[in-house]
Amino acid sequence: MHTKKVTLKVFRFNAKTDYLPYYKTYELEVSDHEVMLDLLNRIKWEHDGSFSYRRSCRHGICGACGIKVNGKSILACKENAFEMTHLFGDELILEPQSKKRAIKDMIIDKSDFWAKHEAVTPYVIADIDEHPEHENQISQAQLAQMLDADYCIQCGACHYACPVIEVNDEFFGPAAFVAAYRFAIDSRDNATHERLEATAQMGQGVWDCVKCFECQEACPKDIAPIEKITRLHAMQFEQKVAVSNVATRHAEGFVRSIKKHGFLDEADIVVYSEGYLGMYKHLTTAYKMIKAGKIHWNDGFPWVDNVPKSKNLEEIQKLIEISQTNKL
Amino acid sequence: MSQLHYALYTGCTAKQSTPELLSSTLAVAAKLDIELTNLEEASCCGASHLQDFDPFLSHVLNARNICYAEKLGLTMVTICNTCQLNLAMTKEALDSDPALKARVNEKLKEVGLEYKGTVAIKHFLYALIDDYTLEAISQKVTTPLSHFNIAPFYGCHNIRPSHLHKSENPYVPNSLDNLILALEGKAVDYASKNKCCGFHVELQANHTSEILAGNAMIDAIDNNADMVVTPCPLCHLKMDTYQDNISKTTGRDVNIPILHMPQMVALALGCSADEIGLKYHVSKATHIMPKA
Ligand code: SF4
Ligand code: SF4
Ligand code: FES
Repeated sequence: MHTKKVTLKVFRFNAKTDYLPYYKTYELEVSDHEVMLDLLNRIKWEHDGSFSYRRSCRHGICGACGIKVNGKSILACKENAFEMTHLFGDELILEPQSKKRAIKDMIIDKSDFWAKHEAVTPYVIADIDEHPEHENQISQAQLAQMLDADYCIQCGACHYACPVIEVNDEFFGPAAFVAAYRFAIDSRDNATHERLEATAQMGQGVWDCVKCFECQEACPKDIAPIEKITRLHAMQFEQKVAVSNVATRHAEGFVRSIKKHGFLDEADIVVYSEGYLGMYKHLTTAYKMIKAGKIHWNDGFPWVDNVPKSKNLEEIQKLIEISQTNKL
Repeated sequence: MSQLHYALYTGCTAKQSTPELLSSTLAVAAKLDIELTNLEEASCCGASHLQDFDPFLSHVLNARNICYAEKLGLTMVTICNTCQLNLAMTKEALDSDPALKARVNEKLKEVGLEYKGTVAIKHFLYALIDDYTLEAISQKVTTPLSHFNIAPFYGCHNIRPSHLHKSENPYVPNSLDNLILALEGKAVDYASKNKCCGFHVELQANHTSEILAGNAMIDAIDNNADMVVTPCPLCHLKMDTYQDNISKTTGRDVNIPILHMPQMVALALGCSADEIGLKYHVSKATHIMPKA
C-alpha cells in the first residue's frame, strides 16, 4: 500500500448560521486504495463531527454523493483519491455540486433538479391491459437505443455542471433531457409526441443548449447527455414535431447553404433563420462587421450569393440529394 | 526535422468573417516552413447544427471531407474548434461502427469516393505543439510578447469530450498556456479559461450567450489580462463582434482585444500587420502591434 500527504481545502457553510461560506484545510495521509468518500468520512470521523454530506450506497448506484473536486463533478464513492491527485496535484478543493444551492457543507438543495425531472414525466405512459396474456416485449435493437440513458442515477453531476442552468431558470437541463429521451424512444410509450413538443419549447428545451459538452464530461455513468440532446433535436424533425422558428431554420439552413456553396453563407444563414423582420436586431452588428471588412463587398452585394464555392460542388449536391433524411 | 506537411481544412469562418484567421495561419506556416495543402473540395462541417437536423447527412458530408485528406495521405489540420470536433466525431463514429461506415460509403461510392479511416485530424494548435514543438517555436521568436498579460481561452470543442482530445485535461488545460510562455508572454491564470463562450445559441438564446461570454471576459479582465487568445474563430466572433451588447447585458465594460491563436504566434514571429490582420477586428486591437 502506497500513501501520501494530501491537502484538502473544504467548502464549509451552514445556511442557518453562516453569512458567507469559508474553506477549511485538512491534511490527511491518503492511501492509494481510498476513494473520495473515504476522505469525506475521515474528515467527519477524525476531525469534525459536524461536517455534512450525503451518501448511502457506496457503490455508484444511489447518486447521493455527488460533489465537485477542483471544479470536476464526481461521485465521491466512485473516484479514487490518488487519481484525483494525478489530475489536480496534491491540493484538492472539495465543493458542493452547486455553491449557491448549499444548505450545509456538501449538501445542496436539489429541488430544481427534481422539479425538472418531474416536468418531463419520467415514466412510461401507456394504456395498461390489466389482464395481459403475454409479456410486453421490446426487441434487442429497441433496448439498445435506450439502455445507456436508462443507467442514469439522477446524481445531478451533469445538471450542476451545465452553464445554462446557471443562467436560465427555465432550462430543463441535461439530466431531464436524458429522461425525456429515455421514454420518448421507448416503444411502449404513447407520449413521444408530447415529450418531443415539451423539449422543443424555446427557453426550457433542447434549442437552448450551448453544446459545451460539460454534461458528457461530468457524467459518472458515461451516458453523454449531449448525445441524447442531439437525438431529441433530430427526432423533432423525424417525427414532424419541429415548427419553423429561428432555431429550427438555423439547423435546416445549413443544408440550404451547403447545397448552394458547399460552404456556409454566414450572412445568409442569419437572415434565413431570423426572417427579414427579425434582422433589425442585427443591423448594428452587421454595420460594424461591414466596417471592419468581416462581411465582404468585393464580390458583390453581401447576402447575395457572393460566397466562395467548394470545388466539385456537384458531388456535394448529389450527396445531399441521396443522403438527406429529414425535412423541415 | 523533415518538413511538416498537412491538409488544411479552413472551415467557413476563415473564408468569410475572419479572413485574419486564414492569413495569420498561412503566415505562421510560412515562417515555420510548414507546408499546408488547402482542401479546395471541402464543404462546411455543419458547425454542430447540421447534425441536429440530419445526423446521417452530417456524417456523409464530413466523411467526404476526410476522404480528400486521405487521398493526399496527409494529416488533416483544422483552425476552428467546432470544425475539429465535428470531423473528429464523424471519424470516431465511422471507425467504431462498421455498419454506419458501410452505409456512408454506399453514398460516397455514388460520387467515386470511399472513407477509409486512414488519416488523423488535429487542430493547428496541436500540430504546432505536438509536431513542431514549443522549443522549436521559441527559437523562432523575434518579437517576444513579454509585455503582455495574455488570457488563454480554450473553447469547449477543443477540450471536451476529453476522450477525443487526449492530450488535454479539460479541467486544467495547458496547451495554450504553454504556447504563450514559449512566446515569452505572461499567461493569465483565471477560472473561466475552460468555460463556454455561448456562441452556439447566439440567435435563439441571446441572453444566455451574452452572459456566458461576458462572464469569461470579465474574469479575464479582472485578472489583468491585456488580451484574450483563442484557437476558435467562433469564440473570437462571439467575444470580439458583440462587445458592446455584452457590456450592456452584463453592466461591465468588457472591451478587450480578442486574438486568434495564429495571430498571437504571428505577432511573436514578426509577421506583417497585413498578415496578422488586426484591422479586421470589430473591437479595437491594432494598438497591440509593435510600432514600426
Ligand atoms: S452540452 Fe448543453 S446540456 Fe450539456 S452541459 Fe452544455 S449546455 Fe448543458
Ligand atoms: S445523466 Fe449521468 S450525470 Fe446526469 S444525472 Fe444521470 S447519471 Fe448523473
Ligand atoms: S454513495 Fe451512492 S452513488 Fe455514491
